[in-house]
This record gives sequence, structure tokens and C-alpha cells, in this order.
Amino acid sequence: MNRLEKIESEQESETALAPVIDSLAPIRNMVSACIQCGTCTGSCPNAFAMDLTPRQLWYNVIREEKETIFHSKTFSLCSVCYYCTLRCPRGLPLTDAMSALKQIAAKENLAPYKKSVRFYKSFMESVRRHGRVREMEFMTLYFMAMKNPLLPFRFAPLGVKLISKGKVSVELPSKGSGTLEAIFRKVEELENS
Amino acid sequence: MRYLYYPGCSLKGTALEYDVSTRALMGELGAELVEIEDWTCCGASAAEATSYLLSLSLPACILARAEKMDDASQILVPCSACYTNLKKVEEKSRSYIELLNKINTVLQEENLHLQGKMKIRHLLDILARDIGPAKIFANLKSPLTGLNIAPYYGCQCLRPYSVFDDPEEPRSMEPVIEAVGAKIHPWDMGGRCCGASHMTTKPDVALELVATILKAAKGADAIVTVCPMCQMNLEAYQKKISGMSGEDLSMTILYLPQFLGLALGLSEQDLRMDLNLSITKAFRDKLNRTQISADIHR
Repeated sequence: MNRLEKIESEQESETALAPVIDSLAPIRNMVSACIQCGTCTGSCPNAFAMDLTPRQLWYNVIREEKETIFHSKTFSLCSVCYYCTLRCPRGLPLTDAMSALKQIAAKENLAPYKKSVRFYKSFMESVRRHGRVREMEFMTLYFMAMKNPLLPFRFAPLGVKLISKGKVSVELPSKGSGTLEAIFRKVEELENS
Repeated sequence: MRYLYYPGCSLKGTALEYDVSTRALMGELGAELVEIEDWTCCGASAAEATSYLLSLSLPACILARAEKMDDASQILVPCSACYTNLKKVEEKSRSYIELLNKINTVLQEENLHLQGKMKIRHLLDILARDIGPAKIFANLKSPLTGLNIAPYYGCQCLRPYSVFDDPEEPRSMEPVIEAVGAKIHPWDMGGRCCGASHMTTKPDVALELVATILKAAKGADAIVTVCPMCQMNLEAYQKKISGMSGEDLSMTILYLPQFLGLALGLSEQDLRMDLNLSITKAFRDKLNRTQISADIHR
């Protein structure tokens, strides 16, 4: 099975959170000095859309409440603006902790984060093939992975504009030269060892 | 002045005009840019969301290739996301030897080796501090007097690495904008988040963030940006956001080197202003009047 088929067909795991426990430990360490002051929540531009506030998320990470953490949209709503990291009075790497949670969701293909996980993986697949991202290919891979025939229409007006300005070239997904293949493979090998 | 140059993927595609105008402006200001050979993607925000080691290895490949070229020790980066990713590896490779070794184990696959001697600089940093307002003023050909400009910095040129500006209340763009005769639109949105890639996966959230920024820019003639992601989010969805908000929020959005280039006598073609997605008629009219009156006074 090639990797694209893999992005599409990987079964999202609804409940299998067992392997997550180990990977949660380093994140717990990142935020264990949290004093629950809520400065992160007050600084987060996306807090208005979150089910758990960032402060509540850290509380659950410290208590290793994995069911709560991985059914919450909170970490996937982090747009990596670094305001919380900048302002945290304890100097905790909160943005990095958000990213570490995203990495678990991507690795375990957790169902609630299907959209962002497939988006990021489609992007990385295009980079892996060609060394640089090809925007048309990346979005095509994303649409194929999402299997929603209506989704491309939402992007069509902007896509047409960008193509007509010559900013996006019309290229179908292709195998590419595998410029970064060796790097990607080595990273996977080290991470799984 | 000589810098290695990392354009990054966006500047070869959706942000082509940022690449063209950066090169044109720097040429006009006498700075030489040497593009890094065979550069690859920095991982954008996607690598970090999938693998920590990959998010460091991809920028490290670029830095290792730059070190091979060895004729300049500073890399100019116009894209804020690329800047943060490369900067992260610059910082980590200095402080964490074990991590640097691990990265080099990965890089060995491509016969690359990272020493960690490159310094990463954002375009804005170089314009504000190396070149500076005095030099820009000295090259001024067509003052943009009467234009009211809202400087938009976004997140990642300011945070987490606050190298050249205040991460909460950025001001570094103001002297260079004032050097070409324009005024600063007073607002506190300069360092706010545009929502980044949420615009694709969580549009409701990102549209909300951009709406707040566009509303605060009312009264300005243009917003000026230093990041392709910010630029796209601010310029591409104005009609939709205006509809949502029940008010006309159309606004001219320019890259900083495009705006400065105009004042230094570069043409709209030189700066590829035909590629921008939002330049309003009101802005064009005002720009024409400004340029005509500058010609009269010359």
C-alpha cells in the first residue's frame, strides 16, 4: 500500500488510547509546574472556539485524563501564535506542548482530528515527494483523503483566481524524485526505535 | 551587504510577488542576495504537527546546505513561518549537543552535516536594522505622503524569538514606513494572529480573527505585511468577511517590500502588484494623486 492510500484508509481509532499513555508523560513534564493562573487562556486568540480552555487542558494533562484530552478540540485549535508561551509566568513551553499533542493525534490517527491530521499529512506527503510543497498536489491529496466531494467547491473560487494569476501551477499528484525520501525514512526509523 | 537567501515554497507559488519585490527592493538598496542552492521545504506548520524530529530535520537540511556555500554567514528569510522554523534549529543546535547529534544522524542520509554557525534573519529585521530608515530615505524617489498605513507583523517574526522587536507591541516597521513619507494607522492589531492554516481546516475560527483585524484597519489606506500566510488570509477572504460582518471591509493588502519599492521608484510591474488579490480602487486613486503631486514638486 502506498502512503497516499495509507492517508486515506487509515482507520481512525476511536477508543484505542492505550499507546498514548507513554507519549503523554513527556508532555506532562512540560506543564507540570503549571500554577493554573489562566494567563494562557486569556492570551489565546482561539480560546473562544475551544471546548476546554488552555488552562483546563493543562489541568487534564497533569492528571493524565487522556479520554478528556483526546476528545477535546483544544490543542487542534492552536494556531501556533506563541502568545501563551511568551506570557506564561512559569516560562512553560506551552506552544510546544500543544504541538506534542498534535503529534500524538497524527501518529495514532485519532478520529476527532481527522481534518487537520489529513491536511498536515497531505502537505508533508507532497514535500516528501518533491522536496518542496506543490500546492495543487497537496490540496488534491487532501481532498482525496477527506473523501468529501463537496469540499473542493469551497476552495474553487480562490483556486481559480490563483491559477489564473499563475501563482499555483496545475500539476496532478505525481511520484516525484523523492528528494527528501531518505530524510523522512530515517526520521521514522529513529522515532519508532 | 551580502546575504544568503531562503525564499521558501510560498514565495515560489502563492506569494510570488513577495519574492520578486524582495529581490527588487534589496537590489535597489544595494544588498546582494545569494539563493541557497537546492533548498528544500522547511516543514511549514505541518511538520511540527506530525513529528518533532522531522520539524527540526527539515530546516537543518537547509542550514547544512547553506553552510556548504560558506560565503556569507547570515540567511535572509522573508516568510515568518520559515523564519521561525530555521531560527528554532539555529537556537537548538547551539544549546543541545545531543539533539544536534541526532539531527546529524538524520542528515547523514543526504551526506549533509550541520555545524550550527548560520545566523537566521527576518527580512523585516534586515530592513529595520541593517539597512535602516536613513538609507531608505536617501533612496526615496516618490514619497508616499498622505498615505495612512497599518503595519501588520503577525506572529512568527515576533514570537517565540523576539530578536528585533517587542513581541507584544511591535514598532519596527514604523520608522521604515515613515521614511517614505507615509503615516502610521494607530491600532493594536500588529502582532495579532491571522489564524494561519485554520483558514483551510477551521475557517469559522480564522474568519473571525481576520474580521477583527480588518475592522480595526478601517481608516487606513492599506495594511502592510511581512508573511505570505498573513497576506493570503488578509487579502483572499474580504468579500466573505464583509458579507458576514454586514459592512464593507475591503482593504488593500501589500507586502512591505512592495510598498517601500513604490517609494523607491520601482514600477508596479517590477513589484508584481498585478498578483495581489486585494488592491482597492480608492488606494489606486490616492496612490496616483500622491505620485502626480510628487512629480510636480520634483
